[in-house]
Amino acid sequence: MLSKRLIACLDVRDGAVVKGVRFEGLTGAGDPASLARRYNAEGIDELVILDVTATIERRRALADTVRAVAAELFIPLTVGGGIRAEEDAEAALDAGADKVALNSAALADPALVTRLASRYGSQAVVVAIDAKRNGDRFDVYARSGQAQTPREAVEWAVEAAERGAGEILLTSIDRDGTRSGFDCGLTSAVSSAVSIPVIASGGAGTFEHFHEVFTDGRADAALAASVFHFSEHAVAELKAFLSERGVPMRLPPKGGSHGDRK
Amino acid sequence: MIALIDYGAGNLTSVRKALAAVSAEVFTPSSAAELAPAAGVIVPGVGNFDATRAIDNEWRTAILRGVDRGVPLFGICLGMQYLFEGSDEAPGVPGLGLLRGHCELLPSTVKVPHVGWNALTITRPSTLLDSAEPAVASAFRRKDEPQVYFTHSYAAPVTADCVATSEHGARFAAAVERGNVFGVQFHPEKSSDAGLRILRAFVTRCSRND
Repeated sequence: MLSKRLIACLDVRDGAVVKGVRFEGLTGAGDPASLARRYNAEGIDELVILDVTATIERRRALADTVRAVAAELFIPLTVGGGIRAEEDAEAALDAGADKVALNSAALADPALVTRLASRYGSQAVVVAIDAKRNGDRFDVYARSGQAQTPREAVEWAVEAAERGAGEILLTSIDRDGTRSGFDCGLTSAVSSAVSIPVIASGGAGTFEHFHEVFTDGRADAALAASVFHFSEHAVAELKAFLSERGVPMRLPPKGGSHGDRK
Repeated sequence: MIALIDYGAGNLTSVRKALAAVSAEVFTPSSAAELAPAAGVIVPGVGNFDATRAIDNEWRTAILRGVDRGVPLFGICLGMQYLFEGSDEAPGVPGLGLLRGHCELLPSTVKVPHVGWNALTITRPSTLLDSAEPAVASAFRRKDEPQVYFTHSYAAPVTADCVATSEHGARFAAAVERGNVFGVQFHPEKSSDAGLRILRAFVTRCSRND
């Protein structure tokens, strides 16, 4: 049975990991490569490097950071932030990323999704959607949550999948950084509408929040940052917690942490 | 030296990195003729089966000639599907036909593509997997099966050549082995320690031919 995935997100700015509250107010949390190493040893299933300021400052994701993180990791690595054109995707993939996450660029030029999927395969193309509740609908925002678009999240996810996206990374702007739980309604609505995997993001605060999003939210994967950053054994403990509650997980082998064995 | 064939189906950075991590000496041949001295051949690849069209007759002949001479061949993901006779994904495009069977779309009862970590059910002893998880391989326990990373929509059938299966809507061949022909549907280069052990097992097998 396919395991539900836990994905650690490294929000990176100028080569250092930061974590924002509702995309603002950034505080330092560590060196990307050493954090990545720790997560890998703990058994994290996947990593995402998000260059949080890339789109705003019109920069590409830092290839050096990607290279440093990819150097010793053998789990899937996604890079987002500043992927605006095929050259940006190529640079990220050549630096060692397995997937690129497109957000504002896909909104501005939806055909970019198809071009990248044709060239690298759908498995390499993640469409990131930042959504905010507005009554019964979910408005899509661009530019790190700063610019509202006319799009609706479920419809955009369906279109992105049709255009060749391999996965949807769905962030609730309302919940991001609040630690008040994932938006299970949003996640479930999108996950039910598309056949491709949906990664839930925004709002993780407790282990129970992950259980909710994997059950009520119908998420295929859950992404978090600070929950993993500030506690030593959070990944292993969270996996044990979820596994005990019937959520299929990739668990570390008995008698040692995952990264110890060669 | 192991030949890693780059036919344009996806980015090979991760495969190269993982092979380097298990101390494999790898080269990317620029012509079919360069395959001749290889101690082993790896056909990677992601995406549509149609992409294997880029492996033209000259390359096919060189690959098959190597297999006849006993050179180990390893297909990864799309490369494993290419070992079979063909795929519904690109009906007019023949596979290598080294293994009997035809690749089909995974059932629509589950999310497709199949993306993520899934368990390997090892069905018989093999060169590739015995070293991947020795305890599991020897004990054949149902629990503690090694988990590996998949990303695919089409899958190969479970046949006598299958050494491990996985399940997503239906059981499919996750790893195959027949003589010096090897294949895995998952991505060993993305499957952490279990994946590196599998790559190392192939590299070790190739060193017998060096």
